[in-house]
Amino acid sequence: MDTKSIVYIALFAALTAALGLMPPVSFAGLALPPITAQSLGVMLAGAVAGARRGGLALLLFVVLVAVGLPLLAGGRGGFGVLAGTSGGFILAWPLCAALIGYLVSKAPGAGFAMTAVSIALGGIVLMYAIGIPWMAFVGKLGLAKSLTIMVAYVPGDLVKVVLATIIVRGLRRAYPNL
Amino acid sequence: MLDLYAPGTSILHRMSPGPKMLALMVGATALFLNQSLVVTLAALIVVLGLYRLAQLTMKQAWQQLRPLLWIFVLFFALQWWFSGVTLAAYVVLRLAALILLASLVTLTTRSSDMIDTMTWALGVLRPLGVNPAKIGLAISLALRFIPVLAQITQDVREAQKARGLERSVIAVAMPVAIRTLKMADDISDAIDSRGYRP
Repeated sequence: MDTKSIVYIALFAALTAALGLMPPVSFAGLALPPITAQSLGVMLAGAVAGARRGGLALLLFVVLVAVGLPLLAGGRGGFGVLAGTSGGFILAWPLCAALIGYLVSKAPGAGFAMTAVSIALGGIVLMYAIGIPWMAFVGKLGLAKSLTIMVAYVPGDLVKVVLATIIVRGLRRAYPNL
Repeated sequence: MLDLYAPGTSILHRMSPGPKMLALMVGATALFLNQSLVVTLAALIVVLGLYRLAQLTMKQAWQQLRPLLWIFVLFFALQWWFSGVTLAAYVVLRLAALILLASLVTLTTRSSDMIDTMTWALGVLRPLGVNPAKIGLAISLALRFIPVLAQITQDVREAQKARGLERSVIAVAMPVAIRTLKMADDISDAIDSRGYRP
C-alpha cells in the first residue's frame, strides 16, 4: 500500500474521532443515546477516500476504540462500548464506509440525488441492518421494538447524508485530483 | 495522551495484554451462551471481585456503568413490560457484567501496550501482505491528526466568524475538508521524499 493511502486511512480515522468532539445533540429526554456527528465521518470516509481506504480507515478507528481510547462521542471507548447495545452500529462502520465508497466509485459522474442515495444505502440502510439486530440480540429486545427505537434516529441521519453529499460534491470540484 | 488507563501495580496490571484480551473474549461469549439469572449474578460478583484484585475502587466500577444508566433503565422497563421481571433483571445484569469485564481490560492495560500487542499479533498476517510497520504508522498518524483537525476547525471557524458566517455548517465544513486533504497530501509527499520504506 502506498504512503498516500496510509495517510488517508489515518486522516479519516482521525476525522471520525474529531467529529466525536462536537457536543452530541440530546433529544427525546435522556432515555435514548444522543445523536452524534460521528457517522458523518463514516459517510465522508467512504465517499471521499474510496471503498478500500475508507473501509480501512473506519477499521482503524474501531480498533483504536477497542484498545481503550475514548474516541466515541461523549468520551466513550473500550471493549465495553463495542460489546454493549449500540456496539453493532460501531462495528458496522467499516463495512458501511466500504459500501459507500464502492457505490460512489461505480457512478463517477452521478448527480446530487444519486450520490445521496449511495451514501444513504451505506450510511443508513446497511448500518441499521447490522446495528438493529445486534441491539435486539444484546438487549434481548426483539427486532420490532429495536426498530421502533431507531426510527427516532432517521431524521438526524438524513441530515448527515445531505451534508455529506454537499461536502463530497464540493470537494470533487475544489480538489479534482482526489 | 487520551487514555482510559488507571495506573496500578496489581497482578492484572502486570499481565500482558494478549491473555487479558483472550480472557475477555471467552468471558463475553460465555455470558451470552448462559441463560440463567443466578449464573449471571454470580458472574457479576466475580467481575466486581476482579476489580478488587486490580486495586480498583467500586466507585471506578460504577463510573463505567453510569453513562449507560439510562439505557439500563429503558431496557429494564421494556423487558419488564413485555417479558416479566426475571428476564428484565437477567438482561440488565448480563449487560452490566459484560461492560464491567470489558472496561476492566481497558482500565488495567495501557493503550500503547495494547497497540504493541496488536501490531505484533498482526505479524501473523504478514504472508497475506499485511505490513505491521505500516499499520503502526497509520495508528501514530491518526492519533496525531485528531488535535490537528480540531485546530484547523477552530481556525476556519474564526475566519468565518469575521465574515459573519460562523453559523453556516457548509461555510465551515468545506474549507476544513479542503485544508485537511491538502495537508494529508503534503504529509504523504513529505514521508515519501524522506525515503520511507517500511
